[in-house]
Amino acid sequence: MQVPPQFEYERATSIEQALELLARLGPEARLLAGGHSLLPMMKLRLAAPEHLIDIDPLADELGYVREQDGELRIGAMTRHRELLDSELLRRRAAIFADAERVIADPVVRNRGTIGGALCQADPAEDLSAVCAAVGARVVIRGRDGERVVVMPEFHRGPYETAVGEAEMVTEVRIPLSPGFGSAYEKVERRVGDWAVAAAGASVRMDDGEIARAGIALAAVGAGVTSAEAEAALAGRRPSEEAFAEAARLAVEHCSPVDDQRGSAEYKRHVAGELTRRALRRATARALREEG
Amino acid sequence: MQVTVSVNGEERAREIEPRLLLVHFLRDVLGLTGTHWGCDTSNCGTCVVLMDGRPVKSCTVLAASAAGHEITTVEGLERDGVLDPVQQGFHEEHGLQCGFCTPGMMLTARALLDENPNPSEAEIREAISGQICRCTGYATIVRSIRWAAEHPAAAGAAAETAGEAAP
Ligand SMILES: Cc1cc2nc3c(=O)[nH]c(=O)nc-3n(C[C@H](O)[C@H](O)[C@H](O)COP(=O)(O)OP(=O)(O)OC[C@H]3O[C@@H](n4cnc5c(N)ncnc54)[C@H](O)[C@@H]3O)c2cc1C
Ligand code: FES
Ligand code: FES
Repeated sequence: MQVPPQFEYERATSIEQALELLARLGPEARLLAGGHSLLPMMKLRLAAPEHLIDIDPLADELGYVREQDGELRIGAMTRHRELLDSELLRRRAAIFADAERVIADPVVRNRGTIGGALCQADPAEDLSAVCAAVGARVVIRGRDGERVVVMPEFHRGPYETAVGEAEMVTEVRIPLSPGFGSAYEKVERRVGDWAVAAAGASVRMDDGEIARAGIALAAVGAGVTSAEAEAALAGRRPSEEAFAEAARLAVEHCSPVDDQRGSAEYKRHVAGELTRRALRRATARALREEG
Repeated sequence: MQVTVSVNGEERAREIEPRLLLVHFLRDVLGLTGTHWGCDTSNCGTCVVLMDGRPVKSCTVLAASAAGHEITTVEGLERDGVLDPVQQGFHEEHGLQCGFCTPGMMLTARALLDENPNPSEAEIREAISGQICRCTGYATIVRSIRWAAEHPAAAGAAAETAGEAAP
C-alpha cells in the first residue's frame, strides 16, 4: 500500500493567504494543486514536504480561459478538462485541444491543472512544450508583486522552474496575432501514457510568409525550444523543405535517452517526424485563420 | 485534523491524518467498501468516485481536499431501493465478470450520461479510457452504458409499471 509520508496540512482560500503560508512555512512547504504529480511522487518518497498548502479552494478564482488585451489568459488552476473543453482555445490556439486529447486520461484530466503541470516541469510534460511553442508567458506572483517570464526562462530544466520559494504561478498568457496557427503531435505507447516523443508548433503568417515560428519538443531532453529551428523558418514561405530543415535543427538540440519507451535513436526520429507534421498542421490552420 | 466531507448527500465529519487518501477515508473510515482500490498509482481507475459530479481517482486525492465537495460513491447510485439505469444496464448486458472495475466504470458512466445522454460508442470508450477491466474486453461495458442511455428512466419506468399492475 502506497501512502504519502506525513505532513502538516494547510488550506489556502485566497492567493494572498497561499503566499503568506509559503513565506511563513519556508522551503519545506509545497503547494498542492490537482495533486496528480505531487501525490504520486510523495507515495514513492521522491518528495516529502513537511507542509502541504492545498490550493484546491482557488479552483474557481484561478480557473478560467479568457481573451484580454490581445492575449489568451489561462488561470493556473484551470484543469486539463477545461482546457480541452474551451471553445475559445479551440478557435484561437488549437494546439491546446490537440495536446489535451492525449494528456493522461479523462479522469486524470478532471484534476490536473495547467499550473501544476508547468511547475512540475517534468521533461515529458506536454503543456510545457505547448506553452513554449506558442510563446506563452507565465505570471509568477510573490508577496511583493508579479513578474512575467517567457517559457525558456520559466522552464530552467527537468523539475526546475523560475518560481521562487515564496512565489506561485497565477496565470499563463498567450499572445495572439492575425495569421496565427498552432498544432501538437504526440506518439504514445497506449492511451493515457506519457509521450515517447512529442512536438508542438506555432506559426504567424504574414503575406504568405512565416513571420514567426515556435517549435518545442517534449520527452526528448531538457531544452524544450530550439531558437535555431525557429529562426530557420522566419521569413520563408511554408514548404516541405523548410519544415524538414527546421525539424532537423530542432532534433539536433534534443537529448533523448534509451528507456522502456524506446531507444534514443527512435525517439529522435519520431521527434523530427512529429515536428514536420506539427508545422504542416499549424500552417494549414494559420492559413485558415485560427488567430 | 478534523474533516467534513459530503458523501452520497450526507455530511460526514471525522478526525483523520492529513495524509489519508480519499479512497481509504471512504473504505476504512466510513466503511463504504464499494469503492475499490487497486493500482495505487492513478492508472487503473477502480477507485473512481464522483467529485461534484465528475469522475476522479480517489487514490490520488487527499480526503482533506474533498472537504467542501460533494462525493458520490457506488453506494450512492441506488435511490430508495431503485437501481440507477446504469446499474440496471450492467445487469442486463452482463457488464461485469469479477466486478472489480465495476464501481468505477458505473460512476464514470453516470457522469458521462449526465452530460451527454446519448453518447456514441466512441464517446463511451473515450470516457472509460482511464479505467482498466481485465475481464470483459470492454464490449459488454460499452453495451451496458448504451443500454442505460436507451433506458434513461429504466428503474423509474419499472416502478411505474409495477404501480399500474397493482390496482
Ligand atoms: C496516470 C497519469 C498520467 C499522466 N499522463 C500525462 C501525460 O501524458 N502528459 C502530461 O503532460 N502529464 C501527464 N500527467 C500529469 C498530469 O498532467 C498532472 O496533473 C500535472 O502534471 C500536474 O498538475 P497538478 O495540478 O496535479 O499538480 P500537483 O501535483 O498538485 O503539483 C505539481 C507541482 O507543482 C507545484 N504547483 C502546483 N500548482 C502551482 C502553482 N500554481 N504555483 C506554483 N507551484 C505550483 C506543486 O507544489 C508541485 O510541486 C499524468 C498524470 C497521471 C497521474
Ligand atoms: S487505485 Fe486509484 S487508479 Fe488504481
Ligand atoms: S469485471 Fe473484472 S476487472 Fe472488470
